[in-house]
Amino acid sequence: MDLSVANTVLDYGDQALLLQFDNTTDVLAWVAALREAALPGVLDIVPASRTVLLKLDGPRHQSEVRRRLRALRVDADTVATAPAEGTMVIDVVYDGVDLAEVADRTGLTTAQVITAHTATPWQVGFGGFAPGFAYLIGGDPRLAVPRRSEPRSSVPAGAVGLAGEFTGIYPRRSPGGWQLIGHTDVVLWDIDRPHPALLTPGMWVQFRAA
Amino acid sequence: MPTLEILRTGPLALVQDLGRVGLADIGVTRSGAADRRSHTLANRLVANPDDRATIEVTFGGFSARVRGGNLDIAVTGADTDPRVDGILFGTNSIQHVRDGQVISLGTPHSGVRSYLAVRGGIDVTPVLGSRSYDVMSAIGPLPLQPGDVLPVGEHTDEYPELDQAPVPPICEHLVELLVVPGPRDDWLVDPDALVHTIWMVSDRSDRVGMRLEGRPLQHRSPDRVLPSEGATRGAIQVPPNGLPVILGPDHPVTGGYPVVGVIADQDIDKVAQIRPGQYVRLHWSRPRAARASASTSMAAG
Repeated sequence: MDLSVANTVLDYGDQALLLQFDNTTDVLAWVAALREAALPGVLDIVPASRTVLLKLDGPRHQSEVRRRLRALRVDADTVATAPAEGTMVIDVVYDGVDLAEVADRTGLTTAQVITAHTATPWQVGFGGFAPGFAYLIGGDPRLAVPRRSEPRSSVPAGAVGLAGEFTGIYPRRSPGGWQLIGHTDVVLWDIDRPHPALLTPGMWVQFRAA
Repeated sequence: MPTLEILRTGPLALVQDLGRVGLADIGVTRSGAADRRSHTLANRLVANPDDRATIEVTFGGFSARVRGGNLDIAVTGADTDPRVDGILFGTNSIQHVRDGQVISLGTPHSGVRSYLAVRGGIDVTPVLGSRSYDVMSAIGPLPLQPGDVLPVGEHTDEYPELDQAPVPPICEHLVELLVVPGPRDDWLVDPDALVHTIWMVSDRSDRVGMRLEGRPLQHRSPDRVLPSEGATRGAIQVPPNGLPVILGPDHPVTGGYPVVGVIADQDIDKVAQIRPGQYVRLHWSRPRAARASASTSMAAG
């Protein structure tokens, strides 16, 4: 699949550009290509579910980066398949307080919810909610559930949740509105290690029932 | 090497530099001095390279004793009648301070944030490549407390070239800010209401965001949900209640509310000096119509 970005670039103020895509897989392919291209004047690349924000080093770069983007082409298929190696296995105890509700909403049994969550690998799409939080994509589409209508004021670190097409793990105790299905002891964020975030965009994760 | 012993902090005193760049994909925002221009001027007055850290003092009330040597300092931003051992020395100028003397900042006449630079820079240990404290994620050197002793870095051989800098006064009344339209102005019934309303700055404002109060903006489809997207400081988000929030230096990396416009780079530092209760008028930096129709056609895809 050959993608062109030319007509989906919006000005975001005078020192950023917002690129729009149809899905997170395209976002990931473009983020990889944009990192590779290392366009001059780009300070930061912010992937999200349908967009990539390019933060620029001042207003003078905006039109030049826009021009260079028109020349970029990305083959999305090469990036979208799971690698044979390098998948991170995360053990999860499926004891979340919302597990029964998720089963109810999806029409599955709780055992089937667990099986669906662990059957196929997920890919890290993007971060953003908090340092170390990763939105994982590409799981079983039957697991899509809405956020809770009232967010909880406190969700413990390591809680594994579902929201929309995503699954994610809370890096530390924080407010949160995701449907909680389990917990893990894995440390998602540790500022004192060389790579503080365990999960970074593009990585693959396999959940395993512990 | 001289050190700085903190005696009083006022409401909030933070070490800040120009922030952390390129860490958005692990959820870390840039942070850094809220008023970058004043921070940079303070560094230049004491001949520091631009990457050195200063102390960002919010609403004055700060004092510190110089220990273990003499120091050249400068205070910029909100004018707090800075003094050394009780003697006024003036904002935006370089001042020599001797071992044992006390630097003090009073209450600002106007504005919010003052920057204290010392020659050599505040040399606390960087976290993820920066000495800035991010109030949202609690990353970086913790907010200063009385009793903290801050190391001062090695200074360069360059000598300060200016001893006083002319700086336009901080606006005490209606603040006028330029806004680049979009990218999500088409999510509102009347985006131009943003520039036709006089907004008052809420006291629920901090380095994460500045809330504006006034006649709420109307969402075109209140139930439509925008997938979260990357954000920048200066972005004006409109949550469901219709009251705009101008994102500050410690804003979340992504946000789920439509951004009606983004403060132009030249005016972003002015935002850092606006007090709660002050009035703000926004102006489009260019006509809105051409861009809005383009984004509508794309939203269909």
